[in-house]
Amino acid sequence: MGRFHRHPDGTVHSHDHHHDHGHDHDHRDVGDHSGYATGVERVAVLEQILSENDRLADANRQLFAGHGVRTVNLMSSPGAGKTTLLKATLEALRAELRVGVLEGDIATSLDADVLRETGAAVSLVNTDAGFGGECHLDAVMVASGLGRLPLAELDLVVIENVGNLVCPAEFDVGQDVRAMVYAVTEGEEKPLKYPVMFRSADAVVVNKVDLLPYLDFDIDEFYDHLTAVNPRAKVFTLSARTGEGLAPWLDWLRGVASGVGPDL
Amino acid sequence: MHELSLCRAIADTAVAHANGRDIRRVRVRIGHLRQVVPGTLQHCWDMRVGGGPLDGCVLDIEHVPAVVSCVACAALTTLTVPVRQCARCGGNDVELLSGEEFLIESIDVAPAERTTNSDTERTT
Repeated sequence: MGRFHRHPDGTVHSHDHHHDHGHDHDHRDVGDHSGYATGVERVAVLEQILSENDRLADANRQLFAGHGVRTVNLMSSPGAGKTTLLKATLEALRAELRVGVLEGDIATSLDADVLRETGAAVSLVNTDAGFGGECHLDAVMVASGLGRLPLAELDLVVIENVGNLVCPAEFDVGQDVRAMVYAVTEGEEKPLKYPVMFRSADAVVVNKVDLLPYLDFDIDEFYDHLTAVNPRAKVFTLSARTGEGLAPWLDWLRGVASGVGPDL
Repeated sequence: MHELSLCRAIADTAVAHANGRDIRRVRVRIGHLRQVVPGTLQHCWDMRVGGGPLDGCVLDIEHVPAVVSCVACAALTTLTVPVRQCARCGGNDVELLSGEEFLIESIDVAPAERTTNSDTERTT
């Protein structure tokens, strides 16, 4: 078993100490052997937990930039309406912007099939190929799906994340901007309960407003909570199903695609 | 449940810094504003570390409170809700001092298995 110790010249290392070779030194004179008490050495790391993911996300970002493609990471809880919004968006922008989709889902190609009907290039990444079915996309998974998108022919790539209000917010996938879809059916308090995603979003789409007459939903209370958690987010209030309020969201995406950034 | 992914990232980074030695303990600092459940992280860690250089390795999770400093009145507030607001004057113009940590601080590595060359020279 090796032992950690320090020599007078400052050398710090470990080694086995059951010498089977002849030598005549006095152990007490050779270095500081106080480390023998535990034999364990502490090594400073000081690295961000997701530093490897962040490095790969930067590589994705550079790949997108190299092709002149701008990217949106679209996040929400399951059922908030990401795919419905994306389908309406693809149909509305089809004539003017070349939009590709990287579709993240734990399983099935159901959403990807819906989006392909618009004629857009869609690359599906099923996360159940990983360890236990990932609840989010990370930079590696996004990189694995990029080869199936004709980046050189695209202006904008929307990365539709796995439906989940927690985990996707922690993982940089190499996007330029983050947008999240929130449905008014989810309740006013969600920004306070899931602050990480609400805070990470450059834009928040408040979806399903066509249902407001049927809900006990106080939209002003929701806006207060959203502002408390993230005062800088662009907010778009719309119904992806009816198309009501869609225009400002489309303008924002046009701005992102042309490179003016999230603060249009 | 991204804690399993986080454990994988922590394990990979720890092994990369261990220079081939077994790892006995990993210390991480996680801020209050991160949506990480310490119990879940611990549970995932215990599932992850069986066998190899991390066998039996302990994960020390240091929880870092979210503290803001008010620009207007300089009061310090430890946040209990995710709203960045001064508890004394109610101001929203605050500077975040801590709470977003997501850091692998250090590892404890076991003694190396073999005698190094320099040591052999020194002791013979």
